Amino acid sequence: MATFTETRFAYGEALRDLGAQRPEVVVLDADLYNSTRTVLFRDAFPNRFLDVGISEADMVSTAAGMAACGLIPYANSFAMFITGVCYMPIRTQIAYPALPVKLIGSSAGLTQGPDGASHQSLEDIALMRVLPNMAVVSPADAVETRMATAAIADWPGPVYMRLGRYPVPDLFGPDYRFEIGKAVVMREGGDVAIFATGHMVWKALDAAELLARDRIEARVVNVSTIKPLDEAAVRDAAGRFPLLVTVEEHSIIGGLGGAVAECISDPRAAAGPQPALLRLGVRDQFGESGLADELLALHRLTGPQIAEDVRQAFALVKG
Amino acid sequence: MPASPSQLAMLRRRAAEMRWHIVAMMGANKAHHFGGSLSAADIVTALYFYKMRYDPANPGWPQRDRFIMSKGHSVPAQYAALALLGVFPVEELATLKRLGSRLQGHPAMRYTPGIEGCTGALGEGLSYANGMALAGRIQGQDYRVYCLLGDGELHEGQTWEAAMTSARQCLANVVAIIDRNGLKAMDETACGKSLDPLPDRWAAFGWAVREIDGHDMAAICEALDWATDQDRPAAIIANTVKGKGVSLFEGQAKFHNAPITEAQLQQALDELKAALAEEA
Repeated sequence: MATFTETRFAYGEALRDLGAQRPEVVVLDADLYNSTRTVLFRDAFPNRFLDVGISEADMVSTAAGMAACGLIPYANSFAMFITGVCYMPIRTQIAYPALPVKLIGSSAGLTQGPDGASHQSLEDIALMRVLPNMAVVSPADAVETRMATAAIADWPGPVYMRLGRYPVPDLFGPDYRFEIGKAVVMREGGDVAIFATGHMVWKALDAAELLARDRIEARVVNVSTIKPLDEAAVRDAAGRFPLLVTVEEHSIIGGLGGAVAECISDPRAAAGPQPALLRLGVRDQFGESGLADELLALHRLTGPQIAEDVRQAFALVKG
Repeated sequence: MPASPSQLAMLRRRAAEMRWHIVAMMGANKAHHFGGSLSAADIVTALYFYKMRYDPANPGWPQRDRFIMSKGHSVPAQYAALALLGVFPVEELATLKRLGSRLQGHPAMRYTPGIEGCTGALGEGLSYANGMALAGRIQGQDYRVYCLLGDGELHEGQTWEAAMTSARQCLANVVAIIDRNGLKAMDETACGKSLDPLPDRWAAFGWAVREIDGHDMAAICEALDWATDQDRPAAIIANTVKGKGVSLFEGQAKFHNAPITEAQLQQALDELKAALAEEA
């Protein structure tokens, strides 16, 4: 029986452990420390923890000032608020001067669930990805989240890390080594390549098993760093497969699908004919209240639905 | 030690010099933020030439006091001070806002030595100053952080979020100075939002407050000394005149950000030169 963990829980523990090793790590929150799990850091290092109250923009600007004085701040809120409310200070005060603030967006995506559209961030990857100097990390499971939590402290610039409140199985063993900017082939296959991020890596692996029953062998790639994108991994697949697929719990505009489309559409980098690209995700819509699994099904992001959509697209490409 | 008469005379001379450089670097025929840079000139002079612990030869010194120009469009006043201190050459002021210049239109810490952060979008500077002050507390440093805000900038809600954070954290090492010139880009700062009674509002937010004439050098120095003697964050509301020192600009919103002609430039520089001669 696989262990199922919400990535935010793995983050909370890893952040507390990081605090013990790195005295320059400080943590800011905006009245959500139970949800974001920074409560563990708060209890262990109260002098390096700041709850600013319900003022996310003030929080990230404060974090920027701390970073300018040599600290490594982790600023936390729901993904929707930390990217949406704070866009200007993130852009002007953090991304522009490349200050090493780590922005942690918790409860991201549709699987935020019952709170509905106001809380379901489906645009956060796009918003952060377009900012110069900003790295965007979206781990697939608890193991990768733990490693990414520590790795982003060493990254010299700002990082946006996207976490969820949806239990996902451990996909990696203890030997795995996360590296910012490195995509990971989770499963090899010769017919189609599926690029997935966050919770959708698990769903894409499910889909690949179902596709294999129909003799469609899918390579599944975990894109846990959306920026800087592992362009070599994308180009390699573009040179081998007639069909690439992206799967994300995010708008199909501007996120992982956008990043892959931008990469393969550059003729200077093409190794051969350009493959078709199927972008799976939320199709330019807002979310709504519901259970996480109900919402994934509504937006065709379950394993069987992904398999079905890939199968159809593959048939079209094959003619 | 309060500022001595000879120190005050030096500071007034510096301020006059600052004003001349502010207008000269902007020049004619291009839109520049004359009004707010000139209203802030005396305050910025007092900070850099009287109050702040600052080593111009080492602008990255960790123990230095920090100055954040939250009303980022008035950064020419800060550029003039940094140049006169020798942080970068005075000749470089003429490159203001030109392609390839280290002197960007708004404060940019990666471009300009002595600039401590990036501002320009209004309302974000006081939070940033708080962050620097908190970092000092965490790292056991005793530096102070001075933040200059515009009164129009106080329309931005984040300023008040920050004011609540400063008070909650008892950041006695934070001093906010409000350059209350009464005008914003279009018209009076009272248009669009109410600000009065401004001192009461800061006091109600938990700050020590003092209101002064922002062009009276003795009053500015005294207020800065008072501010750093408080057990709470301190706000100095400095009543100023937008465009102070140039009769053409004074009290006129249209010179918030506007081009002037060669003739107007000459007239302004002559006026400022005469004022400088008077102080000398």
